[in-house]
Amino acid sequence: MNLLELQGVQTHIGAYHILHGVDLVVPKGQLTMLLGRNGAGKTTTLRTIMGLWHASQGRVRFADKDITALRTPDIAALGIAYVPETMGIFSDLTVKENMLLAARSAKNADGIDDTRLKWIFQLFPAVEKFWNHPAGKLSGGQKQMLAVSRAIVEPRALLIVDEPSKGLAPVMIHNMIDAFAELKASGVTILLVEQNIHFAQRLGDTVAVMDNGSVVHCGPMAAFSADEQLQQSLLGLAL
Amino acid sequence: MKISDLDWKPLALVPVLALIALPLTGSLSTWLTLTVAGLAMGMIIFIIASGLTLIFGLMDVLNFGHGVFIALGAFVASTVLGWMGDWTGSGELWRNLVAVFPAMLVAMLVAGAVGLAFERFIVRPVYGHHLKQILITMGGMIIGEELIKVIWGPAQIPLPLPEALRGAVFVAEAAISKYRLLAVVVGLVVFGLLSWTLGRTKIGLLIRAGVQDREMVESLGYRIGRLFVGVFVIGSALAGLGGVMWGLFQQNLIPQMGAQVNVLIFIVIIIGGLGSTGGALIGALLVGLMTNYTGFLVPTLTQFASIFLMVAVLLWRPQGVYPVASSR
Repeated sequence: MNLLELQGVQTHIGAYHILHGVDLVVPKGQLTMLLGRNGAGKTTTLRTIMGLWHASQGRVRFADKDITALRTPDIAALGIAYVPETMGIFSDLTVKENMLLAARSAKNADGIDDTRLKWIFQLFPAVEKFWNHPAGKLSGGQKQMLAVSRAIVEPRALLIVDEPSKGLAPVMIHNMIDAFAELKASGVTILLVEQNIHFAQRLGDTVAVMDNGSVVHCGPMAAFSADEQLQQSLLGLAL
Repeated sequence: MKISDLDWKPLALVPVLALIALPLTGSLSTWLTLTVAGLAMGMIIFIIASGLTLIFGLMDVLNFGHGVFIALGAFVASTVLGWMGDWTGSGELWRNLVAVFPAMLVAMLVAGAVGLAFERFIVRPVYGHHLKQILITMGGMIIGEELIKVIWGPAQIPLPLPEALRGAVFVAEAAISKYRLLAVVVGLVVFGLLSWTLGRTKIGLLIRAGVQDREMVESLGYRIGRLFVGVFVIGSALAGLGGVMWGLFQQNLIPQMGAQVNVLIFIVIIIGGLGSTGGALIGALLVGLMTNYTGFLVPTLTQFASIFLMVAVLLWRPQGVYPVASSR
C-alpha cells in the first residue's frame, strides 16, 4: 500500500518550469530514497508535497486524500513532518523551545510525551545535553539532530527529510545512519533526499531517481545497488 | 535561556549614556530631571514602537501607516476623557486614574478594530511587496488622517492632563513630572506583559519563531496567517495606547501627530533590531534620553540627535542591538 503518491506533478517557480511531471510512490512503512544530480528537482518535489510551492498540474495524494491544493499547515496537520535542507532551526530559541513548537499537542515542555522524549534522547544524546541552550549555538551536526528530533517528537505518518547528511563529519553521518535505521525499525514511513550514496544504500528500501524535473527510475534499492551500469547512466557514478 | 547567555552590552548603553550626560548637565538635580523625563519619553515611544517591531519582524510588513493608530488612539481618548470631565477635573488621583484607564482601554479597542480592517483590506493584498506596502500604507495613513478630521475636525484639540497628574514631585531638588512617572509605570507594565507573553507562552514562542522562519512554522502545522492578523491587531492596539500616552504628554492633538512620531519609532526599531521587543525598549530609552539631554544642552541639534544615535549604533551593530536571526 502506498502512503504517498504523486501523479504527473508539474511545478513552476516564477518563470521557471522546474518539475515536468513527477510520478512517485512512497510505500507505507518503507524508506524511499530520492536520488538525483544537483538541480534534478528533488528539493522542489519535497516542497511541492508540503505545499510550500503549489503544483501547477498533477496530483499529490496522501493516505488516499488529495492534498494538492491544501495549505502547508493543513498538510502538516495530516501527519507529515518535514525537515528542510536548511534544517529550519529557530536559532534564537532554545533546543527545548524548538521541540515544544514541534509538539503541537503540548502547551509547555512538561506536556511533551516523556517516553518519546527519552527515546529521542537515546537516539540523539546532544538534544538532551543542550536542552536549555540556544539552538543557534549548536554545531551543524547537532542542529541536524535537533531538526530530525523535532520532526519525530510526536508520532507522524510520514517523515520527509532533505539531505540529512549534508555538511556533516563522517562520524556524525554514521550516527545519523544508525538513528534513521532505528526510526525505520519503528515503522514510520520515510521519504529521504540524499546525495551521500552510502547513506542511501544502507537505509533505502526503494529508490527513485530524478533527472531534469521528472522521475526516471523507480525500484528496489537492492536491485539498483547491484546494477552499476544503471547507476552510471542515472547518477554518473556507481554505488 | 540562562542569564550567562544574555548579551548584556546593549543593556549597558542606557546607563552609559546617562553617565556621559551627568558632567555635561551641570547639576545632579538637572541631570535627574532630564534622565527621568528621558526615560518616561522612552517608555511612551516603546509602547508605540513595540507593536511596529513585531509587525515588521514577524510579518515583514513595512507599515508606514502605523502612525494613524497613534493619532486615532489619542483622539478617541480625548473623547472618552471629555465624557468623564468630572473625574479628570478631580484633584484625587484615583478618580483621575479611573478616567484615564477606560480611555486607554477604549483607545486600544478602537485602534485594534481599525487595525483588523487595515490588515484585511490594505496590507493583505501587498504581502511580500515592500514598495507597494510603503505606498499603500502611507495612503492608508493619509485616508485615516482625513477621516480623523471628518470626525473630530481639522483644528488642534487640547488634551489637558487630569488634575492630579499635573505638576511634579521633587526628589533631591529634581522636579519629576507626575505624569512621566505614570508613563514609566505603564511602559513597564506593557514591557512586562509583552515579555511574559513572548517568553513564557506558546503563542509567544510561535511569534518569536515566526519572526525567524515563517515557512518552518507553517511546516510544523501552524497557521501563521492567523498569527499575522493577531499580531497586527495587537500592534495597532499598542499604537493606540501609545497615542493616548503621547497625546497626554504633548497635551495637544493634531491628526498628523502619528506621522510626526513615525520617524522616531522607525529609528527605535532599527536601533533595537527588527522584531526584537527587548531591543525596542533599549532603543526607545536611548532615543528618549538622547532627545532630552540634547534638548537641554544643544537645542538646535535635538532633531538630529536620534539619527546620530542610530548611525552610531548601526556602525557598532549593523543589525541593531538585539538582531533577530531571520531566514529571510
